[in-house]
Amino acid sequence: MKHSKILLLAFSAALLVACGTKVPITEQAPVLERAPEPVAPPPPPPPVDVTPRDVRPVEAPAPAVLKPAIVYFDFDSYVVKPEYQGVLEAQAKFLTVNRTAKVSLGGHTDDLGGREYNLSLGQKRADAVKRSLSILGVNESQMEAVSFGKEKPAITATDDEARAKNRRVELSAP
Amino acid sequence: MTTHFSRRKIITQAASLAGIGLASTNSAAQFRVEVSGIGASQLPIAIAAFKGDDLAPQKIAAIVQADLLRSGVFRAIEGVTGLDETNRPDWSRIRALGADTLLTGSNNRLADGRYDVRCRLWDAVRGAELGVQNLVVTTAELRYTAHRIADWIHEKLTGEKGVAATRIAYISKTSGATPRFNLWVADSDGEGANSALASGEPIISPAWSPNGQQLAYVSFESRKPVVYVHEVATGRRRVVADFKGSNSSPAWSPDGRNLVVTLSRDGGSQIFLLNALGGGEPRKLSSSLYIDTEAVFSTDGQSLYFVSDRGGSPQIYRMPANGGAAQRISFSGNYNISPAISPNGKQLAFISRIGGAFKLVLQDLASGTVQPLTETAADESPSFSANGRQIIYATQISNGGRWQEALMTTTLDGRVKSKLTAALGDIREPDWGVFQGSALK
Repeated sequence: MKHSKILLLAFSAALLVACGTKVPITEQAPVLERAPEPVAPPPPPPPVDVTPRDVRPVEAPAPAVLKPAIVYFDFDSYVVKPEYQGVLEAQAKFLTVNRTAKVSLGGHTDDLGGREYNLSLGQKRADAVKRSLSILGVNESQMEAVSFGKEKPAITATDDEARAKNRRVELSAP
Repeated sequence: MTTHFSRRKIITQAASLAGIGLASTNSAAQFRVEVSGIGASQLPIAIAAFKGDDLAPQKIAAIVQADLLRSGVFRAIEGVTGLDETNRPDWSRIRALGADTLLTGSNNRLADGRYDVRCRLWDAVRGAELGVQNLVVTTAELRYTAHRIADWIHEKLTGEKGVAATRIAYISKTSGATPRFNLWVADSDGEGANSALASGEPIISPAWSPNGQQLAYVSFESRKPVVYVHEVATGRRRVVADFKGSNSSPAWSPDGRNLVVTLSRDGGSQIFLLNALGGGEPRKLSSSLYIDTEAVFSTDGQSLYFVSDRGGSPQIYRMPANGGAAQRISFSGNYNISPAISPNGKQLAFISRIGGAFKLVLQDLASGTVQPLTETAADESPSFSANGRQIIYATQISNGGRWQEALMTTTLDGRVKSKLTAALGDIREPDWGVFQGSALK
């Protein structure tokens, strides 16, 4: 009890002060007996602090880019031939996986005939490929079908072989 | 009596895109007008070289003669020399040469650098003066002056306006791995060409506006076909159709306010009406599962002639200008495209595939008779002259082992033709412009 301690100290102090002469210590300070206070359990040890300083390299994947492709057509035709099914499936697969990717479909004709009518024929070819891709799940918003008619031939010769190479739709990233 | 006229603006702008640009004036190209053929009954005219022509930068008499020959109406009587407009000709000699008409004149440089051009037109049969012209013009105006004189003579002797002073537009393509394309505006004889547009990508389908100041065309410069309207004198141009897909085949309404175009924005190729100023929503005029394209207005603006393959192969049809039921017009063969209607609305020129060859033909709309006009096999893009007497078209001619694209004109009977070739490269896609400026009286 603090109170008694203070009084005791004050009494002791008073005794010493009051007596200038040696005073035999006849009493000893009383020893206060107190029950020991219970000791709080020690705090749990802190978790082991692992600050990693390793660096594991990661390779960012290359941006998904549409691989260009070409579909060829018969004379006066805009029917997509079965032999190009695989090519279009591969294009569609890319575009359905990468929904933000786009494809530009450019339709072309050979050199025979008028420029504006050939522009329309080239458009029919581009539209046919677009329809095929749509059936394979590509969104309308990912595709634009345009025509170049006979204005951008792949080969400028006018033999049958060159003409066959000019009747085409080119699929490319816009 | 001296008359002046306002100077035509000469286009000097060259829109230069990447790479080496062509000069904005076509001084390097040589257009040779070669006139061949004999018309049914041609008026024999003698044109004496103008006094002073040999020193002048432009030979007025030669230009007048070529213009008159190309019209098919005249044939030239050679051998009259040494006369100017002040001489009284020896009529017996002139008539002995076979001339019914005579033109004499002079072309003199003034101290201020301009030219004093004078000429006199004579009726050689009666020995009487038909008319006289006195003009003071700049060097740059000399060719145009010669064309005006040719048109004056044409009108004096036939009662019909001549087209020598009108302009043509056409497109050139250089050869090689990276071709350059230019849209040219030239005199009716192909001379004096100025480049309105230079591009690294194709340009097709130029179409003069009814007031002769603008050209609509299709440019592939943005890597798809887009329709522009381009003011020739200033070089200002605007996009009028850049919808999703392809935009092409512009043609003006007679009042100049609208264009019909072919758009693939709804899929396929269909005909739409657009405001020529651009902006606004296009109005769909055709609606079929087939190709509908190459629409052109009739002269009265009430109908459209166009190409459709709704019958299984391309043929020419006519429908009301605001869309509606179409009536088939072409019946010869299974491939008829590129209609051009004559100014009087009575004849239709178009390209017909005959035996594998693509040939310019002329159909009389009342009778349905079709007449082929050419001996060439790759004809394209016919366009009538403003007086409806000639047609300009593109074709291919054999030149040094290759087929060269060139322009030709023909009279409506196919008898008198002229050929315009570039020294290098190909020219194609002509459009013949309207009457402009004031005719000499």
